[in-house]
Amino acid sequence: MRALLLVVALLGLLVGPHGPASAEGGVAPALAALSSRHYDDIANGVAALAVSGDPRAAAILGALQGGRLYARADHALFIRGPDGTYVDAATGAPAADPGTLREVRVNNAVRRALDAGLGALRLFAPDAAVRATAADTLFAQPDPAAIPALDRAIASEPDAGVKTRMEQARAAAILQKPDASEADRLAAVATLRARGGLEARGLLEGLSGQPPAVAHAAAAAVSALDFDLRLWNYAQSAWYGLSLGSVLLLAATGLAITFGVMGVINMAHGEMVMLGAYATYVVQVLFRAYVPPGLYGLSIPVAIPVAFVVAGIVGIAIERLMIRFLYGRPLETLLATFGLSLILQQAVRTIFGPTNRDVDTPAWMSGATQIGGLQITFNRLYIILFAVGVLFALMAVLRRTPLGLQMRAVTQNRRMAAAMGIRTPWVDALTFGLGSGVAGMAGVALSQIDNVSPNLGQGYIIDSFMVVVFGGVGNLWGTAVGAVVLGVINKFLEPVAGAVLGKIVVLVLLILFIQRRPRGMFPLKGRAAEA
Amino acid sequence: MSPAPRALAVPLAVPVIVTGTAVLVAALALGGVAPAYIVSLYGKYLCYGILALAVDLVWGFGGILSLGHAAFFALGGYAMGMYLMRQIGPRGVYGDPLLPDFMVFLNWHALPWYWHGFSHFPFALVMVMLVPGLLALVFGYLAFRSRVSGVYLSIITQALTYALLLAFFRNDMGFGGNNGLTDFKDILGFNIESGRTRAALLVATGVVLSLQYVLARAVTRSRFGKVLIAVRDAESRTRFLGYRPESYKLVIWVLSAVMAGIGGALYVPQIGIINPGEFAPTNSIEAVIWVAVGGRGTLAGPILGAVLVNFAKTLLTGTLPEAWLYALGFLFVFVTLVMPKGLMGLVRMRRRDDVPGAAAAASAAKEATG
Repeated sequence: MRALLLVVALLGLLVGPHGPASAEGGVAPALAALSSRHYDDIANGVAALAVSGDPRAAAILGALQGGRLYARADHALFIRGPDGTYVDAATGAPAADPGTLREVRVNNAVRRALDAGLGALRLFAPDAAVRATAADTLFAQPDPAAIPALDRAIASEPDAGVKTRMEQARAAAILQKPDASEADRLAAVATLRARGGLEARGLLEGLSGQPPAVAHAAAAAVSALDFDLRLWNYAQSAWYGLSLGSVLLLAATGLAITFGVMGVINMAHGEMVMLGAYATYVVQVLFRAYVPPGLYGLSIPVAIPVAFVVAGIVGIAIERLMIRFLYGRPLETLLATFGLSLILQQAVRTIFGPTNRDVDTPAWMSGATQIGGLQITFNRLYIILFAVGVLFALMAVLRRTPLGLQMRAVTQNRRMAAAMGIRTPWVDALTFGLGSGVAGMAGVALSQIDNVSPNLGQGYIIDSFMVVVFGGVGNLWGTAVGAVVLGVINKFLEPVAGAVLGKIVVLVLLILFIQRRPRGMFPLKGRAAEA
Repeated sequence: MSPAPRALAVPLAVPVIVTGTAVLVAALALGGVAPAYIVSLYGKYLCYGILALAVDLVWGFGGILSLGHAAFFALGGYAMGMYLMRQIGPRGVYGDPLLPDFMVFLNWHALPWYWHGFSHFPFALVMVMLVPGLLALVFGYLAFRSRVSGVYLSIITQALTYALLLAFFRNDMGFGGNNGLTDFKDILGFNIESGRTRAALLVATGVVLSLQYVLARAVTRSRFGKVLIAVRDAESRTRFLGYRPESYKLVIWVLSAVMAGIGGALYVPQIGIINPGEFAPTNSIEAVIWVAVGGRGTLAGPILGAVLVNFAKTLLTGTLPEAWLYALGFLFVFVTLVMPKGLMGLVRMRRRDDVPGAAAAASAAKEATG
């Protein structure tokens, strides 16, 4: 109905879509129509005014919508301001005493024309963002009646990006226009194909009553778009997988030290992660209390060393008080550290309560960006970068620092290292503290994407062991590759098999994988493998 | 001194105590002297005793620390639960003569193929043993053949039970999803709620546990058991002597899984529900701590540990719910650090046991864990 009205209006009143936009000449008939007593005329006038490009059009149509447009017997139009004074609608000049006026009435048909008209009018708005939105709206609801307005807008559009969007909206409308030529339609299909995305696909697929050549082109475009979408879906899955992999990597890196390098199986490792997350929470509470709000964004960078130190000290305490009595008895270590994880969980539950604690994401970490069909959230991006940073920092510590040298010496030959004057008990404690501290830093990252609750660590412990075992014990590169591979496999299986079944499939695959390669993807070779 | 006569000699103390206390509790409750709820409570402890005995067979004698044994227990429980569901018949909330309530609720129209046959008790009984046994056979064959051992094996057993947990949570698995199987009406025609049925189930549990104890004792003292202990203590050396350690491990592993499954089957009618929570890795690890508390590598110890730890759990969760996890956690740490031989180790220190096999097993237990 609206479309029909507009078509009538445009055909009846416009000089031509590309005609010169001489304000007076183009607008006068439209204004005259508005002052008519017939609703049909008013609707036609609205449509004509909307595409006229006249700078006063927005004000006039807005006034009509607000019931503030008045007509005099001689067809002059006046807008009543909020203070009761009138201005001349055609010129914008104040009118001191307009005389006897009657309000321009609207019915539903006019209201529809107004909505469409104001929509088209936004194509000429001074703000480029508004014009782009208007073009997108027209794209989503293609309307052949809007083609003349779009043509005018395209001709005068200075912004290339907005212009493209307008052309896409025009293409969508052309395909709906009954009398468009086949060449125009083919061009429109090509434009939509070039645009891509689900909406374009929907428009192309929903076409009916097209000439055979156009229908054929549309079908080809749909399948081409499907291919594109599938590629983007794969890219998105890969991105999610990378993100999950980075989380697994963070949780597993500390474990790669304690389990992989020291051979200590620490079931309380997940609780070290949990302690790191709670350390982040405490840091944020302190920031809110004692630090000016402008510096709140620093709470996460500050929490990282805090979490490292807290979890590291707890780790050293565990090593000194418990684990050192259990070296060489891995099954006992497993049980004792499991008991410890229960105690730590319950302690956190007693201190902080059983419910989730809120950890904020600072402004600089939130938000998202779109690359093609790919949605990338910044906090995930930062976590990936952080995981990579932690991995390299840890490698540097192991390879370039005296502590790293001593650690490697002790793991390779404890007695020889002791004979060379290395205090092996302290190296053990510091190594365990390092692994635990890294787990604490993982907790800072996890606090950004997961619920901070006493059970936080439990969800990651099995996965972390899987990553370490999968990648090969005692091999940080293996851990990294294992984490990413497991993350990506998980995310690619999810759409096929569902989240839960996907996880089960991964677990079963992993169990089978360990059958084939009990020492992981990248087993250590040589003497170290004999241990 | 040949071990054969000892293996055949039936030790009476443990079966007499277990069956005797079961009969006593049942009689007290039926006579109105003790509250009725202690019947199913004690029944639960004895079922856990069965699970602990099963864990001890593989851990204490085979050196395989299973962190997923509750999975076999739960599978046996589910098999029994399926029988009990079929016995409800048309008495369910929706009154469907064939389908259990949850299937009607999910708009299913036919019974899944794997539910057929469970209306017959003997079939269910076979499944109680067959399902955990088969899973253990496949899993154990794959794991032991490729010589996965130590903590690696522990972690994949944990992954196994975790995978089953996730799977049984799914509604379309056809096992009632999150809610599991419940609302049972009767077993073998007897009302499952009545005091007499409960008493009978408790006594049956006591008898089954006693029989399993006798069986476990015979197995561990046989020639097979000796080799098994050798595999636990020095697997490579045993292999070099010409034995196949993986076969010994596989046999004890499957036997243990079947025993755990029977425990689960006795557990479900007494508790009245089976849900995926039974697969939680924590349950399996708790079973390990019962064994550790009682004394690993002894057969009476795990039963004692299961009953005592769970008694403490009932007391503490009733009075100080917060304290239970602390207590359990400290128990893990304390037992492994200070009391590696468990309660039976303390008993042994006071009274030198004159059974050489058991004493050797206990003393070897500590070395085995390396």
